Amino acid sequence: MGYKTIIEDDIDILVAGAGLGGTGAAFEARYWGQNKKIVIAEKANIDRSGAVAQGLYAINCYMGTRFGENNPEDHVRYARIDLMGMVREDLAFDMARHVDSAVHQFEEWGLPIMRNTKTGAYLREGRWQIMIHGESYKPIVAEAAKKSADKVFNRVCVTHLLMDDAKENRVAGAVGFNVRTGNYHVFKSKTVVCGAGGASNIFKPRSVGEGAGRVWYAPWSSGSAYGLMIEAGAKMTQMENRIVLARFKDGYGPVGAYFLHLKTYTQNCNGEEYESKWFPALQKMVGIEYLDPEASHTTHRPIPTCLRNHAIINEVNAGRGPIHMVTMEAFQDPHLEEIGWHNFLGMTVGQAVLWAATDVDPKYENPELTTSEPYVMGSHATGCGAWCSGPEDVSPDEYFWGYNRMTTVEGLFGAGDAVGGTPHAFSSGSFTEGRLAAKAACKYIDDGKAEGIMVSEAQIARRKEEIYKPLETYTVGRNEIVAGSVNPNYINPRQGLDRLQKMMDEYCGGFGVNYMTNDKLLSIGLKKMAIFGEDLEKIAASDIHELLRAWELKHRYLTSESVFQHTLFRKETRWPGYYYRGDAMKLDDENWHVLTVSRRDPKTGEYTMEKAPLYHLVGDIEDEDLAKLKAQGHH
Amino acid sequence: MPTFVYMTRCDGCGQCVDICPSDIMHIDKTLRRAYNIEPNMCWECYSCVKACPHNAIDVRGYADFAPLGHSVRVNRDEEKGTIAWRIKFRNGKKDMDLLAPITTKPWGSGHYDLASVPAPAKDTVNTELLYNEPKYVAMNDNALMTLESNGLEIKEGVYY
Repeated sequence: MGYKTIIEDDIDILVAGAGLGGTGAAFEARYWGQNKKIVIAEKANIDRSGAVAQGLYAINCYMGTRFGENNPEDHVRYARIDLMGMVREDLAFDMARHVDSAVHQFEEWGLPIMRNTKTGAYLREGRWQIMIHGESYKPIVAEAAKKSADKVFNRVCVTHLLMDDAKENRVAGAVGFNVRTGNYHVFKSKTVVCGAGGASNIFKPRSVGEGAGRVWYAPWSSGSAYGLMIEAGAKMTQMENRIVLARFKDGYGPVGAYFLHLKTYTQNCNGEEYESKWFPALQKMVGIEYLDPEASHTTHRPIPTCLRNHAIINEVNAGRGPIHMVTMEAFQDPHLEEIGWHNFLGMTVGQAVLWAATDVDPKYENPELTTSEPYVMGSHATGCGAWCSGPEDVSPDEYFWGYNRMTTVEGLFGAGDAVGGTPHAFSSGSFTEGRLAAKAACKYIDDGKAEGIMVSEAQIARRKEEIYKPLETYTVGRNEIVAGSVNPNYINPRQGLDRLQKMMDEYCGGFGVNYMTNDKLLSIGLKKMAIFGEDLEKIAASDIHELLRAWELKHRYLTSESVFQHTLFRKETRWPGYYYRGDAMKLDDENWHVLTVSRRDPKTGEYTMEKAPLYHLVGDIEDEDLAKLKAQGHH
Repeated sequence: MPTFVYMTRCDGCGQCVDICPSDIMHIDKTLRRAYNIEPNMCWECYSCVKACPHNAIDVRGYADFAPLGHSVRVNRDEEKGTIAWRIKFRNGKKDMDLLAPITTKPWGSGHYDLASVPAPAKDTVNTELLYNEPKYVAMNDNALMTLESNGLEIKEGVYY
């Protein structure tokens, strides 16, 4: 190979992947490490990378303590019920008590946040959401990270973490390649903050052909957060907790502003309310602790997102689809109509394109909704990710090992999708987690924890060979055939992705099987995955762009394998509407009121699974309305 | 398709190549102009459309569900701090102009360099405070919230 090896040495903090989490880390690291060397490696361009590349029309996590709106524990309670109890409440509380300071800085940097003209407070979309003109959210935040970083390596895809050869289970940097030049990049670093993304496109998408890119989460979210950390032997948590989204059909345009601000609502094909009739049976599956419609109607307590999906899925299966969003009332108000369109243009332009193409004017027609294929990520209404230490003043012993947001690999920190058990962080919470991780990483270095790191030439050479192998495989196998993509010696990344999506869909509970799986299906799926893993050793890339896709696929594969293992382990249906274990259709608090934790042995590839205790914040946390209802026997 | 590039407008400057989050805008080696090499990995995020100095890039909705004959065009202006959209329906019955701010300040002027702000006081390293905290949390002098300050405990088990 003619590619150069470019070594960046003596880095203190390497940010691997700079979406909202990574930019938060780079920004904050400069304050606590004013003389430290901070470097960003990002596979795209940090001005438009990560899930917020397109922009956002709302910041979904803002307490509003300055306006007397919410306390951190209110947010914890909300996230807890929405995730059916499965939340790392120490991490959630910690994120929530800091998140407002991130948002106030965004405003200082020029992000337009809308104000309620009557109260002067930020304009609320819902209890947690504030409305912004966020087309340039990412470039504005990236600017702050650029000011803080010593160097930004755009277009460098990080493929592996480097490990210390002197001390077991300690990180030593990362390696990857430049997707333009093809050069091999070695980053030797005392700490790494993994800010890489969650996973779209691991389950077969509803769209076919060209539209396969119109996924809910960005198509460039390749599960690299998990691929990198799993491969390094970091423990993961809640990887079974994939998310399914109820969204506008095909375009997957967001519904939050529609429900909360425009007060639109859903109905079945006959114009009937359908949700409540599924609740009695659903209550028998999950228990009144998790679904108490009366409590939800009279208090702030939400009906969990997954359970609302469950009602849609069942109503459609009963033959009364499609589900419509009733927009025709709200859109008669020209102001609300404009907000409805701006909402798409600010974060999902494709939905506006689709409605323009299909002449859907929501003023005169109620658009269709659908439930999406599942996604694996850790910052929306789900909490997949690494098992991380919490903050010293909040976390119990089982959740604390010295440094906030540090994974079980020493010196490896996480932010955003990378951190498990912290749903409902969204953009602002991910940025906040990056800040927390960066401060802790600086302290880790100053405490002398990164002394004596050694990276052998052999490790660097071994990774280089591994990274470019798909190009080699192509070169060797290509000339055996006349032309085309069918070759007995290799598969290309697209062919591999198609196979992965089909397996995940059919065996792990995708939309094609109505989100249903069981012990037998998962076991068959894992066997097929093992063989697929062998084929991935023979993946071929015809050029550097395909090499990027090959490595994204390998990260998606490691993510998917973990999802399979976790789903098999948790023998219950904890989140009906996200997925169902057909062999255990009930929620089972007696055995499964726990967090699932896995580790893949980097040497053997073997998985070990364990249950971790679940801690809840208790005390002065209930709202008064809920306390009254509880006194009357509700939950 | 997501995005496509008009032959007569593109001069091959590469702004779209530089910004595309999905690495799918590439320069055709023969024609020396940009094109979308992998439409099924395009999110229609419009990053390239906004970045193109010649308005050479447009979007045609995904072929598997979007009929032809629509248009969603955009003009993002950092100097004015605005983004202007025009949406045209296939049937011609709707034609909307929508304008939104993208920043409240001259581009980049609100940012600061944390290497040159006063260094954190030594004891704050061992606290839970981040830069500008506790002030920036509630924009007052209140301390950062803790379990103790909020009357909370963290306990193992099932509590609802």
